[in-house]
Amino acid sequence: MIRVVLPAHLRTLARIDGEVTLEVEGPITQHSVLNALEARYPMLRGTIRDHVTQKRRPFIRFFACEQDLSHELPDAPLPDAVATGAEPLLVVGAMAGG
Amino acid sequence: MNKVRLLVGTRKGAFILASDGTRKHWDISGPHFAGWEMYHLKGSPADPNRLYASQTSSWFGQIIQRSDDGGKTWHQPGTPPGEPTTTPDGMPKGESNKFVYDTSPETGKPLTTHQHYDGTQRPWEFKRVWHLEPSLTDPETVYAGIEDAALFRSTNGGQTWQELSGLREAKGKLWQPGAGGMCLHTILLDPNHPERIFVAVSAAGAFRTDDAGNTWRPINRGLKSQYELPDPDAEVGHCVHRIAMHPSRPDVLFMQKHWNVLRSDDTGESWHEISGNLPTDFGFPIDVHAHEPNTIYVVPIKSDSLHYPPDGKLRVYRSRTGGDEWEALTNGLPQRDCYVNVLRDAMAVDSLDPCGLYFGTTGGQVYASANGGDSWAPIVRDFPAVFSVEVQVLP
Repeated sequence: MIRVVLPAHLRTLARIDGEVTLEVEGPITQHSVLNALEARYPMLRGTIRDHVTQKRRPFIRFFACEQDLSHELPDAPLPDAVATGAEPLLVVGAMAGG
Repeated sequence: MNKVRLLVGTRKGAFILASDGTRKHWDISGPHFAGWEMYHLKGSPADPNRLYASQTSSWFGQIIQRSDDGGKTWHQPGTPPGEPTTTPDGMPKGESNKFVYDTSPETGKPLTTHQHYDGTQRPWEFKRVWHLEPSLTDPETVYAGIEDAALFRSTNGGQTWQELSGLREAKGKLWQPGAGGMCLHTILLDPNHPERIFVAVSAAGAFRTDDAGNTWRPINRGLKSQYELPDPDAEVGHCVHRIAMHPSRPDVLFMQKHWNVLRSDDTGESWHEISGNLPTDFGFPIDVHAHEPNTIYVVPIKSDSLHYPPDGKLRVYRSRTGGDEWEALTNGLPQRDCYVNVLRDAMAVDSLDPCGLYFGTTGGQVYASANGGDSWAPIVRDFPAVFSVEVQVLP
């Protein structure tokens, strides 16, 4: 099972509390995990990545295992600890600054 | 006795304010969608309990929300509360926040480009929904004015959206964003001619269709933008801030432009200035009295670089003569040390008699007048910055 932690606003939109756990088939990548997330919670489509281009929205970050994975290719494998469910993939709203 | 419902969009959520016809005591619910920028909420004239809302965020993008019970509960259209979020064959339902510009059917490439700040041509790129305008007759039909400027329509209650891309053929290549972005913020539906729609775009101008959105043309003759455009009389490029009409007389339009207040008596074919004795003719909102089509309201703002009222005095100005002659309405409004702004969608007029007026400020106050503007009182003083105010009169 893949674990995903969403920011508070997206948990509200999806009407969930706590972590999301997902069954993901095939290689465990940003792309496959987000596909599974959006299939389960279609109201999140467009909030993490663009509807059409599928690119990450500019102020969204992907963290896991104390690494920033935001700039990894969407089809690159996520860390083994994420793939095994030992660690969650964190979807994070970037710091606003100021 | 009638009830009155105000729909207030703010920088940090939406609020619903309810009163009876006296409009003295208000119940407040909210914040709905706390923490999100709520650009606009509006109810369907055909079904007042059908509300549409634009919820947006720099982080998470655009969400469309809908209520079918007057704002008690909300859902994203196509994903009602308690129902599965996928169709029986497993397909996601969530398309209600998908605003995709039309592309060339032959090449798949963008239909048009627009001017960018650096003089290059750029394709349109969706940013957010500024304004939602429900159909006058069908609760399922609603228009969305978006940034980058375009008009979209949904005919299934906001579940899916299609662009009316003929608008961008109205010299769209020459449009370019102003400092506030290139947004379509005003949508006026003509009650006498269902196929006629007026829209206004910041830094592009006003446009009209007479065939339900298939073809459009600029309607900016008479607008003068002497310090904003190299050609002050250009066909497009004028920074229109807001247009208003009275439903009994839809051929007459009133406009608050970046600078200048104007009027058209011929469905926008030509405009003439009616700024008259206003202390400044810069401003954002403009509205028309519910029962007096020649009585109009503006909120003068000192200038485009200052964005606050002249002399620290918050004054609504009323003209009972359709323009040119204006009187300051100050009773109950702060007349010293006031440096707030009133944004283009943040004024509304109710249909009771006497007519009620409402406006919200960037300082978080919502003011109400139950007597056509003669006197004012704050309903709230400490909301987040107010983006939009709409009003509904309920049986």
